[in-house]
Amino acid sequence: MGSAIVIKQGPGHAHSTLATPFLPLRRRAAATSNTGEVTMAEHPLIIEAKGLKRSFKARGAKGKTIDAVRGIDLTVREGEIVGFLGPNGAGKTTTLKMLCTLLAPTDGSASVVGADLRRDPVEVRRRIGYVSQAGSTSPEARAGQEIVSHARLYGIDTKTATARGKDLLAALDLSEIWDRTCGSLSGGQRRRLDIVMGLIHQPRLVFLDEPSTGLDPQSRANLWNHIRKLRDELGTTVFLTTHYMDEADSLSDRILIIDNGTIVAEGTPAELKKRVSGDTITLTMRTPTDAEAASGIAAALNGADKPVIDAHVVRFHVPDGATALPVLLGDLTKAGIDAIGVDVNRPTLDDVFLTLTGRSLRD
Amino acid sequence: MTFFRDTWIIFSRAMTLSLRQPLWVLIGLLQPILYLTLFGPLLQTVAASSGFQGDAWQVFVPGLLVQLGIFGGLFVGFGIIAEWRSGVIDRQLVSPAARSAIIVGRTLRDVVVIVTQGVVLCGAAYLMGLRVPIGAFLLGLVLVGLLGAAFSFISNAIGIATKSEDALAPMVNTLALPILLLSGILLPMTLAPAWLQMVANFNPFKHIVEALRAVFRGDFADPIVAIGLVLAVILVVLGAWVGSRVLTAQTK
Repeated sequence: MGSAIVIKQGPGHAHSTLATPFLPLRRRAAATSNTGEVTMAEHPLIIEAKGLKRSFKARGAKGKTIDAVRGIDLTVREGEIVGFLGPNGAGKTTTLKMLCTLLAPTDGSASVVGADLRRDPVEVRRRIGYVSQAGSTSPEARAGQEIVSHARLYGIDTKTATARGKDLLAALDLSEIWDRTCGSLSGGQRRRLDIVMGLIHQPRLVFLDEPSTGLDPQSRANLWNHIRKLRDELGTTVFLTTHYMDEADSLSDRILIIDNGTIVAEGTPAELKKRVSGDTITLTMRTPTDAEAASGIAAALNGADKPVIDAHVVRFHVPDGATALPVLLGDLTKAGIDAIGVDVNRPTLDDVFLTLTGRSLRD
Repeated sequence: MTFFRDTWIIFSRAMTLSLRQPLWVLIGLLQPILYLTLFGPLLQTVAASSGFQGDAWQVFVPGLLVQLGIFGGLFVGFGIIAEWRSGVIDRQLVSPAARSAIIVGRTLRDVVVIVTQGVVLCGAAYLMGLRVPIGAFLLGLVLVGLLGAAFSFISNAIGIATKSEDALAPMVNTLALPILLLSGILLPMTLAPAWLQMVANFNPFKHIVEALRAVFRGDFADPIVAIGLVLAVILVVLGAWVGSRVLTAQTK
């Protein structure tokens, strides 16, 4: 077995990690094997969805049907963080709600943590956690009371719920809030409290809907660390939806890109970015005439695509910006024109999305 | 049976929240108390006229109790809309709790609150001069509870279905006023002209008020008493059915 983890148990334990003795031995073994490395392919599927569809009837006399989700197949392996990325209105939240049993699929099937989504939704509910974008607590309620009340719905007795709740709160930097009202917490604190509520019954899979929306940058980074801790220390599988590229990029082991109700791409962030034709070079020239000339020079570069001119700015792609740049600048000087600014950007997920759909992720 | 356990959990949570905010409980009580103390004394003069069977208090207080039950229940929908906005409803729907428990637990809390208000109202009425057998008070509280439950179900159903205070408020007010006016709550409908009495007969709440008035007079054997109770029970069952259906439809 890998590292043995010795945990001191006790209420008000300030330094407890997430991996408390509540965790069955089996899951900790999965996190670190004898070789210290576990490939994702060895992990069982924790979500297996085929052909999920969801249609809505639009209100109004026409009675038109809106196909929010048009047949989604997806798989998620245990222990990974999967980011579900797409522009607003793509069907992310609808798909998430179907997988959580909050919405019945119009068609298709899925197995979530081993339970059949359509035939046994109650069992799915027992096995998953869900953290909504809207929150989960009443502002006038006490945090501790909300946690215990929610835990009891899963059959956990008050004493266990209190101990576990306090441990989880401490692990998410919320040690002192047990008696505070939920409305008095900051946005980031409240979001982390929602996560505690979603984890109180130790689900193997937790769904996070737009977890960092509305949070300031510091709280976002802090939240991401806690989400990584969930995977690393508890072996929890995390399925999160987001429309933020940086969140999907830095947090996810794998990304599913959804647009217009279907999955348009999936893979690790690195794999997806490889699909985009290299780095972006942006040249700012003095005049539009210079830009025209520069564009011709850029097009002649090895592996460059057709440059796009916007007034005095030229933008194009090359396989490797670092090696192309000196050549480009040298060629420009030889031609007697100088750029007043140059920018080299590695591909982003927005570039991936742009390549795949012709549209930008940004609204 | 998880339904009873889940209902109790949802009820405990709702009750704890209500106890932390007693202001709303007191405000809900304010309306009938004001009617009792500021309007009731006027009825003592009117009571001398025909159409009033029994003294002013025996006629008026049943109406106030029915009003408490109806209005106390009718406005709880705003609470469930607020909870839906906070994400509480979705959180409970994602848990393995029985769907109906989510509604019934809340209605049970509303019934406790309304019946408590009813006890205070009866206490105040006693101070103002109401004298009836203890059985009458108890039956009155039962009816208040049943009415409160029925309207709590209906209000929660409308609240969850519309998810909008702007939709709930006009619906509730449109329901409330005709019910109030046609139930003979303020003055008995026997004072009304024949056509108005006929219209009022279609209003089940008029019969419930009359049932309670008969009880307060000591006329337990009057058939209207049984009719009123049965109507109240039917309304509760109907309300519970509607409430559950609306909540289940949320996931469809």
